[in-house]
Order: sequence, then C-alpha cells, then structure tokens
Amino acid sequence: MKAKVYVTLKPSVLDPQGKAIHHSVESLGFTGVGDIRQGKFFEISLDGATDEEDARAAVERIAKDVLANPVIEDYRIEVEP
Amino acid sequence: MKFGVVVFPGSNCDHDAYHVVSKHVGQPVDFVWHQQTDLSGFDALIVPGGFSYGDYLRAGALARFSPVMKSVKEFAASGKFVFGICNGFQILCEAGLLPGALMRNAGLHFVCRHVNLKVENYSTPFTTEVEKSKVLSIPIAHADGNYTCDDATYHQLEENNQIIFRYCDADGEITAGANPNGARANIAGICNLDRNVLGMMPHPERACEEMLGSNDGRDIFRSLTKAIMAEPAKSLQA
Repeated sequence: MKAKVYVTLKPSVLDPQGKAIHHSVESLGFTGVGDIRQGKFFEISLDGATDEEDARAAVERIAKDVLANPVIEDYRIEVEP
Repeated sequence: MKFGVVVFPGSNCDHDAYHVVSKHVGQPVDFVWHQQTDLSGFDALIVPGGFSYGDYLRAGALARFSPVMKSVKEFAASGKFVFGICNGFQILCEAGLLPGALMRNAGLHFVCRHVNLKVENYSTPFTTEVEKSKVLSIPIAHADGNYTCDDATYHQLEENNQIIFRYCDADGEITAGANPNGARANIAGICNLDRNVLGMMPHPERACEEMLGSNDGRDIFRSLTKAIMAEPAKSLQA
C-alpha cells in the first residue's frame, strides 16, 4: 500500500516563503494569483500492509509524531491500496 | 558539579559551549554523544547550536528522536538544568520541553549579527547574575528563529513570566525595528514553568570574551553555575 501525506501551515500561521514565491509568480506577469502557501508532500510505501484502516492508523501516527509539528502545521492523509 | 554538552550529528557550537564552560565558567564539562542515554553525574546539560541532522524536515525535528533525548526529558523532569541555544532551542521546542515553535525568519534571510537583548525576568536560574536593566549584546546566527505560538500559550508565557529575553534596541526598548526575525512579541528566549529549562536563539557562548565583541554571555553562564551550586542544599532539604 502507499500513502500520501500533505503537511501545510495552519491558516493562522504566516508563511514568509509562500509570500516570496507569490511575489516571484506575480513578477512573471500572473496577476490573478491571490495567495501561495508552501507545504510539504510525503510518499510513504507501506510494505506488506493489507488492511487499509491499520495502514491509515500507522500513517496518522507518523504524520502527527514526525512529519508535522502540530504547533504550526496541519496534515492530510491519503491511503491507496 | 559537571556540565554536559549534547552532540548531535550536525551540531557545530558544541566546542564553543565546551570552551566557555571549561575556560570561563571554570567547571568540569564533557561531551554527551547523541546515542548516550546515561546522564548520571551531570548537573546541567547544554543543547548547543548547529544544524542537527542537517535541519532536515524542520530545524530540530529529527534530533528529537535521538536516543539521548528520552534521557534529556527525564533529566529535565528531575529538576536538573537544560539549556538550549539556537538549534538547541529548536530541538527543545520540537521535543515538547518548551512550548511553541521556531519558524523561518520573516525576512527569509539567515541573520548573523549582534543583537540587543532585554532580560524580562531576573529571578530565573539563568539570569540572577545579570545586572538589572543592562541591555545584553549577544550574537544571533540563524535562519529559523521566528518564535511562534498560539494566543493561549502566549498568555501563559506572559502570566508565568516565562519570557526571559526579548530583542530590543540599544536603549532597551522593545521595538519592531529591533526584531531580527519576526518572532512573536520580540521573543528571543523562554523557559519552562519550573524554570529549569531555558531555550534562546542568541548565542551567549559566543559572547564570553572581549575579543569577540562582548562578554555579556558570561552573566548567563555565571547565573547557571550559581544555581547549580545551590542545588545540593535544595535536594538535601527535600
């Protein structure tokens, strides 16, 4: 099984890197871009996993304890068979 | 009395901390490799600056999982002193020993220069020897020093006088212009509720000799040494 984890800054947290990227995008001439927020994306291979619920629970722990810092970040998980 | 300096792969201020403790504090000090779990014999631990694990994932995020950190948590829980400097502060936040988090500097640049610090609480084990109302000149050197926390945490820090250092101007005024990294309310250093764990972004170990432009950092190490000396008496009473 494979899992994908998206880690994003909480909406209340300022993202200076996203702002700098936004600025660069605007300087390219894109005027309709309201905001850009930077995040992280992880692909996780779960060798031997067969039960989707178990896999989700494991990835949930990995995301909460390692990949994201709950003080400043949220995460979203997708599990694929 | 014995100090320990924790060394992770990528720590690079470990020798500076060792040098200051041995030369300027004049106390025994040993390095503690991150795989070591026995911390008996130490009275205070310095978690030094640097780029532990290359700052992969987030600054300090991976160091938290080093074997030594479980022992550091127990060490702190037993009331002994833990002093995190720069990357050490980031590690202590990631490990949950201090509240909040350190994010990328608001200006995105790595900032390396002397800053002015106002001491907000003189009655911690780390600040008793600092002359009242003295503005400390201590260097910073970081890309991720932008302290952040939610409102509830901030109010707790304020109420319990856990904010120890703030960035200020030369006159000791807390101004937006004196904030080098966008840190909430100019926070440069905080302690835990029990006041035995301190984290700060500035490097006092780089400000202990005139030759380096300032020796204000000595006040902090002197305070800590005095507090450790007072400790045995305290534990005998307990």
